[in-house]
Formats: sequence, C-alpha cells, structure tokens
Amino acid sequence: MSATEPLLRVEELRVEFPTEDGVVHAVDGITYQVHAGRTLGIVGESGSGKTVSSLTTLGLTRRQGARISGRILFEGQDLVILPEERLRAIRGNDIAMVFQDPLSSLHPLYKVGKQLIEAVQAHRDVSKATARNRAIELLGLVGIPDPSRRVDQYPHEFSGGMRQRVMIAMALANEPKLLIADEPTTALDVTVQAAILGLMERLQRELGMAIVIITHDLGVVAEMADDIAVMYAGRIVETASAARVFANPEHPYTWGLLRSIPRLDRPRDEDLVPIPGTPPSLINPPSGCHFHPRCPYAEPEHSRIDPALEPVPDESSHHVACLLEPARRRELWAQLREGGTPEQALAAVGPLETSS
Amino acid sequence: MSAVEPIGAVEQSADQLVNVKDLVKHFPINRGIVFRRKVGAVKAVDGVSFQIRRGETLGIVGETGCGKSTTAKLIMRLLDATAGEIDFEGKDITRLKGGSLKAVRREVQLIFQDPYSSLNPRKTIGSIIGEPFAIHKLLPDRSERKREVQRLMETVGLNPEHYNRYPHEFSGGQRQRIGVARAIALQPKLLIADEPVSALDVSIQAQVLNLLRDLQRRFGLTVVLIAHDLSVVRHMCDRVAVMYLGKIVEIGSSDDLYGFPRHPYTGALLAAVPQPDPSRHGEERRVLGGDVPSPANPPSACRFHTRCPKAQEICSVTEPQLAQIDGGTSVACHFPLAREELAGIGVRSSG
Repeated sequence: MSATEPLLRVEELRVEFPTEDGVVHAVDGITYQVHAGRTLGIVGESGSGKTVSSLTTLGLTRRQGARISGRILFEGQDLVILPEERLRAIRGNDIAMVFQDPLSSLHPLYKVGKQLIEAVQAHRDVSKATARNRAIELLGLVGIPDPSRRVDQYPHEFSGGMRQRVMIAMALANEPKLLIADEPTTALDVTVQAAILGLMERLQRELGMAIVIITHDLGVVAEMADDIAVMYAGRIVETASAARVFANPEHPYTWGLLRSIPRLDRPRDEDLVPIPGTPPSLINPPSGCHFHPRCPYAEPEHSRIDPALEPVPDESSHHVACLLEPARRRELWAQLREGGTPEQALAAVGPLETSS
Repeated sequence: MSAVEPIGAVEQSADQLVNVKDLVKHFPINRGIVFRRKVGAVKAVDGVSFQIRRGETLGIVGETGCGKSTTAKLIMRLLDATAGEIDFEGKDITRLKGGSLKAVRREVQLIFQDPYSSLNPRKTIGSIIGEPFAIHKLLPDRSERKREVQRLMETVGLNPEHYNRYPHEFSGGQRQRIGVARAIALQPKLLIADEPVSALDVSIQAQVLNLLRDLQRRFGLTVVLIAHDLSVVRHMCDRVAVMYLGKIVEIGSSDDLYGFPRHPYTGALLAAVPQPDPSRHGEERRVLGGDVPSPANPPSACRFHTRCPKAQEICSVTEPQLAQIDGGTSVACHFPLAREELAGIGVRSSG
C-alpha cells in the first residue's frame, strides 16, 4: 500500500431513499479508497448498492431526495457537501462515468460529434473547430476507424461496441483523473467486451487515471482490478487485493459467488453450489449480519450482532465483515476450495466449540 | 443459393430426435410504401445442418446476430423456414399446419430469457403452469389438474401452496422456475432454453442451472441451450455448435470443442471469456479485430475471413465445408488451428 494520499476516499457513506413503502437503505456505511493509476473493482448483485454509491460520488443522487451522510473525499474536497456549481466543474472533468447501456446514454437525435463537442466545451473554453478536432482525436483514441467520417454520424449508425467506445471517448474528453465504469461491458458480446476492457487498460496506462469498475462478473474484475470490494445489501463485506480475494477469500458470500459460477478452468462435471435464498430487501434488511439468512455457517447470535469491517489476522490490507472465528473461516474455505459443499465443509470442520 | 452439399452421411438412426438439413431463413428488406419491393435480405440463418440426439444437451453459441435464436424459433416452428428441412422423429415438420403442427408443438417447449415479461401478470401461477393442459385439452378434471400442477411446482422447487399467487409475488429466480415448470408440464421430447439465466443475478443463476441439469438427468430430456456465456454452455452441454453470421463454423463434443477448438473464431471466443483468475491481470489481450459484418451483406466464401488472423486468399474464394478432422470436432475452415497455436491466441485449453 503506498503512503501517498488516495485520489478518492469514501468514508462511512450512507445513502437512504425515503419511499412510500419505507426508507430504502441503499448504501449502509461503506468505506473505500482508490489511488491514482489503480483500479478498484466493486462486485455485487443487483440491489447491493454498488451503483448508488458511485452515482453519489458524482452527486447524481442528490436530486432524488436521497439522505446522504458520510464523506467522499476527492483530492481533499468533500463531494458530499460541495455546492452544485463546484461539483459540476468536477463532474465530467476530473471524474467521468461510463454507464451500462450505451444506447440510452447517447442522444439519438444528435450526431456523435456534436455530443462529444458538447462534452469538451462544457469544461474547456475552446472554439467549436478546436473541440471538433478534439472529438475526432478522441474517436481515434478509442479505436474507432475513420474517425473524421464517423464524427458526423448518428448513434444508430454505430454498433453496440462502437457506441460504448463513444461513451468512453466522451468520458475521456477532459482527461479525467478518475473514471467510474458501471457494468461497462455487460450488454456486449465477449469479443467486444475484451476489446473494451483492453481499451480501458491501455488508456489507464497512457493517462494514469484511476478506475472504479462496477460489475457482477467475477471474470471481469479478476482481469481488470488491483483491489476488490465485495458488496452485499448496501455494505462492503470484504475488501482486499484481487489476488487475495480469489486465492484466500474470507467472507461466506464471496465463497458463495466463487463457487456458484461455472468456470472454464474447472472440471466440466463439477457441480455448482448456488447461494440459497434471494438477495434481501433494502427497506427492511435482515438484522445483524445482513447475510446471515443465506449463510450456511451462521450461528444464532449472528442475527443480533452487526459485524464490523476489520482486518484479518496477519494481513492488514485484507478486511472482512464476518462474525465467524478467523481460524474457523480458514478451515471452512480450505474444505470449499477442494470442491466440498457447505454441508461437507461444516461436517469436516465440526461444530463450534461452546465458548464464552 | 450456392450449391449445397449434403454434410456427412446423415443416417436415420434411432437416437436422433431432430435432424436439421440446410436450414435457411432470410428476412426480406423492403423499400417503398405503396409499391413495396424487396431490395435485399438479412440472411439470419443461411444453410445450417445438424442433428439433436435423444437425451443430450446441445449448446448453440455465437455473438449477437449470428442466428442462434432464429434457428431455435425455426425448430419451434415459430418462424417459417425460407428453405431446408427440419425432421422431428423422422418426420418432416417444416411445412406442417393446423392440428398436426399443434401436435408437434406439444413435443417441443421453450424456456424464455426474461422471466418478467414471459409470465402473464394477471394470471395465477396455477393457471400459468396449467395452461399447457388447457391448450391441449388434457386433464379436464379441475382437481386432477391442480394436483398435477402442484406436483410440477414441487419438481422445480416451488412451494405448492403458492398455487394461487401471482407472478409479481415471486423473485426472478422463482419466476424462471415457473417458466421451467410450464415448459416441462406436457413432458416434451425437446426443451429449448434461450438464454435461460442471463437475466438473473449471479447467485441465482446457479440455482436455475442446477435445476435444469437435474431435470435433464431425471427425465432424460433433450435440451437445446442457447447462450452467449461460454462457461455456462460448457458446464451444461454435451455438444456445442458455434455459429457465425448464419452458419455453423464448428460443432463437436464439449470436451473436444473447449479442449481443442479448431476454428479460429471459436478460439477467439474462448480467448475473450474473462476468467476469475487474477493471474491474468495485466496480460496482454488478444482481441479479435473489427465488427461482425452485416448479415444482409455477408463476406464471400468463408464469412469469417475479414476478421480471421489466419485468412489467406482461398478463404474469400472457396467456402469451407463442415467436416470432422482428426477425430475431434467438425469444423468449416481451410486452416484449422493446430494445438501449438492455442496458447499464442490466448486460449487456455480446458480439457
């Protein structure tokens, strides 16, 4: 871990939306940080709060009546309390975002070039001709062939992968220090996905920006991220380097994710071990550890105690929010890694010795 | 149409449920409002031949627009073929109508991608799962039908007491179970699943995949699985067909195809699948250049030659025919991949 200040530091962020049915606790006190030139992968299922936390970083949840507390420090400024005009100067300039659906993120009635020029001119006092040249340069940068002709085309004339490249070009218009990519390749075919991920990596090397990539795809984070935060029901349940999360995961939810996906590098007839149950409601989340109703290893008191995100023994950069004894966790994972089911792992490790 | 050669010796064997021969589906592109005239055609499926064996799971993979869903709809007879033939249990069903078509439809059922839009929100689960019986005038006795529906609900892991609930009361994974129960209600001979898990959360996908695999084993179902996720297809399928621009470019057993892909396109697809293995982080990506060409105007001869790293002159002149090589997969390629090339294009053999 470098001693320098992180580019982005989110502290105890909480985002709640009051609705008719009750308060939705979308983000429930999360803390993470990203350094310049590094990539953080945020993994979680729908409704885990991964998108809301990023939208909040850009101030995009403010107008939806959200109750926001905590701090989002970007280069020393707290974005949570920053006035809207100052935030607007940062959004799209120092921090840019790429969304999942490139078709609905581009205006269908304006030429791609015009939309790119707008992105440039929003933050730079340059002539239209200069901005247009920049737009052509950006399209070339993201690997769109024949950019000087494509700049005058409409979004419908681009394929899905090309549209996502346009979105990335737009995000890069002002050479952001931080790029937030929310499921940037989910709607795309694998070959196009590989091209887009490769493009993001290349641009990161060339421009030195930090990337936060939000995805449910463990393959994508494994290949892209330096560090990973696993979210469940509005909380970060585990965070560590990508290598640690895949080699020595500590949280039962992370185990569940890793064992529930079919992998090309595992035997073909190996059974998948699904996580039982369904993701919880965020209006009325489970008490104590939010994961306890789906956790095969949960003990009765886990429904009463809130686990804190704490470092694991002898690895201070690996944090986990789990109430199981660290030694027990490691024994369980050792069983699961060998292909055991949760039941087999529990049987092998044995029941909990009654302690205080 | 170019000359179509019969592919392989297509013997009429007993273990063959479906035999698709030179299947073609062209969607016309029309211009003009008053005087409509055909100006071209989208060649969605353009001469596809394969067999589906009894009791197997056949996967069809390929990128958006390769014709995999159109092929499934043609087998279901939801679309009419432009040319070619589909034999179901040795009988040509390509041009069946009316009652005889309805009889075939009973044998072929579909599981849809989107569990939200494929269930009527105003009907109870009981009547949704019971509808196949109503359509085919089976089990007219109400209590008997209810008992059968509840048995089906139990089979797919739903609580039979939820018989009178509505779709909105169920989660995505449970809705997909409802769709599965409806599809297996009439004990079809063939089940077609078009992207059955791609709309579900990761933790739920495994539940539905395990259910499908379990049902397939228990009832000896024949399944066609269409999916873009190559890891899912490998996990589920005995054999896999890879489609590109309306053609099958490679077909073979999962072990052969994933262990030793021979078509450069299959190789490129496998290399592109992100692996949950951080040791690949920072490795250089080998990316397939260019976009998929338009199916309205596909490249000549081998359709992959415009993007193929191994293409030579002959590839744009002579169309390669699907043929089995070295006892492995059948591949339509003039220059199939050699084993030594796999690592070079980023394929990690998964034998």
